[in-house]
Amino acid sequence: MQFIQTIYTIWQREIIRYWRDKTRIVSTFFMPLMFLVIFGAGLNETLATGNFGVDFTQFMYPGIIAMSIMNIAFFSTISTVWDREFGFLKEILVAPVSRVAVAFGKTLGATTIASIQAIILLILAPLIGVTIHIAIIPQLILFMLLLAFAISGMGLLISSLMKTTESFGMVTQILIFPMFFISGAFFPLTSVPSWMSVLSYINPLTYGVDAIRQIILGNQVASNILNNLSLHPISVDALFLVAFSAVMVSAAVFAFNKRA
Amino acid sequence: MNIIRVENLTKQFNGFTAVDHINFEVKKGEIFGFLGPNGAGKSTTINMLSTILPVTDGEAFINNFSILSQRDDVRKSIGLVFQDPSLDDRLTAEENLRFHAKLYGVPSDEFQKRKQEVLKLVDLWDRQNDIVKNFSGGMKRRLEIARGLLHYPAVLFLDEPTIGLDPQTRAHLWDYILRLKREKEMTIFMTTHYMNEAEYCDHIAIIDHGKIVALGTPRELKKQIGGDIISMTSNQKAELKKEIEKRYKKDVKEKDGFLQIEVEDGEKFLPRLFNELTVEIDSIELRKPTLDDVFLSLTGRAIREEEPSDKERMRQRMRMRRRN
Repeated sequence: MQFIQTIYTIWQREIIRYWRDKTRIVSTFFMPLMFLVIFGAGLNETLATGNFGVDFTQFMYPGIIAMSIMNIAFFSTISTVWDREFGFLKEILVAPVSRVAVAFGKTLGATTIASIQAIILLILAPLIGVTIHIAIIPQLILFMLLLAFAISGMGLLISSLMKTTESFGMVTQILIFPMFFISGAFFPLTSVPSWMSVLSYINPLTYGVDAIRQIILGNQVASNILNNLSLHPISVDALFLVAFSAVMVSAAVFAFNKRA
Repeated sequence: MNIIRVENLTKQFNGFTAVDHINFEVKKGEIFGFLGPNGAGKSTTINMLSTILPVTDGEAFINNFSILSQRDDVRKSIGLVFQDPSLDDRLTAEENLRFHAKLYGVPSDEFQKRKQEVLKLVDLWDRQNDIVKNFSGGMKRRLEIARGLLHYPAVLFLDEPTIGLDPQTRAHLWDYILRLKREKEMTIFMTTHYMNEAEYCDHIAIIDHGKIVALGTPRELKKQIGGDIISMTSNQKAELKKEIEKRYKKDVKEKDGFLQIEVEDGEKFLPRLFNELTVEIDSIELRKPTLDDVFLSLTGRAIREEEPSDKERMRQRMRMRRRN
């Protein structure tokens, strides 16, 4: 019981802080819009010549969702570094509570905030010509949550290792672009050099993009085209994301215990 | 049964011994002061006692719970006010308290009651819904004390509670601390490097280079270095000196035109002096040894109020910048 209450308490604080920070709320709304306008309009004109057998915006859309989930999830887990710098982390770490619960609460806080952004993108989809069937929405949201949780776990691990917000920002900036480009968001990973393909196998974004793409395109394109674009069965994607989250959160707990 | 028992507690960092086999006990309901210059091992000791720092050697019990094997029980038994602020300044005072209550498993109806109790104790009841960011340094420290009391700890740890506060706020804070002892019979373990604050403590341990160099009540410690000092002048200095030496068998020193004697209990000795002496005295002064004198005589140097280091100043500036 105390375990659940701790998760809830930590989570609630993240949400209150998010809600009080008007800049962050505005940017949550603005960022997806920007992504959609720039990627949707701009790229569709110049890159639409590819021969995927599928509309490029439709192809890119899962990548945009994954990209913004990653951005927000990383950015939200910075709160742990802030807590360390401003001293609040001590209040949490001396409390008679499980560190696992603390890590879960933090991860779920970032997951929630990132998912809000993803859901806004989902609502805006029709505006840029992405077709989404009502029936797939629950499944879609499930994968958004899974991906958000996996990236948040990774963010928490990084933030539990970093001393300053500056170093956290550096590390995540360095990670964001390679993770994005070898996730299959821009181009299918079916015909890339083997080193890239190996890296894509440990990239959580790959699995998120892969699953979300299959869900969205599932009832829109022929199955042979879809098979060419996808990497793993959806269940494998889900399994990887869960396993990845578990490893990241455990490592973060380990780092907490070691450092404080 | 003593509420804190420390046995040979030791902490080493990469071969450097920060705390070196210290032993002491704290009685229930007293204020125990841990005194020493910066870097003497005060915060390291608090961190070990509050189970956030692993112990190299030795053992300690708080409220009869071992800090090695019963960490959660120890954590529930202590309230902590850290040297650096540890409030969430984006939250209101009430939210900070609520967060704490939930982590410490205080039921919500009980929380409403205790919230009122602790906030009134530190005079912040009418500010409970204000964002902490807008609080002054003294208010923040008071809120931290209130928060530390919320789960009814057996011991309250205050790590340099008055550091960084102006003298007036510092005096106020002491009023609250003493009220806590009086009204709640709270056991308080505090560290400080302000000697005048140590006078409020029931017992003091002086720590230097990780070792306890003296332990006792402020009075006992001051007695250790000799008694009170009485200085006097007179027109008939020679006669006065002769009479004191004869009557009280005291060693009379002459210093800067004053006659000086050391007596055990100056307040009681002065009236006797006035009643019994036949030689007239022009002026007289009684001086008590201070804890500064004690520290000086024990360690050969004075405790200074140290300036924050460059790194600390930098951090403070960064914080200010971010908050604006």
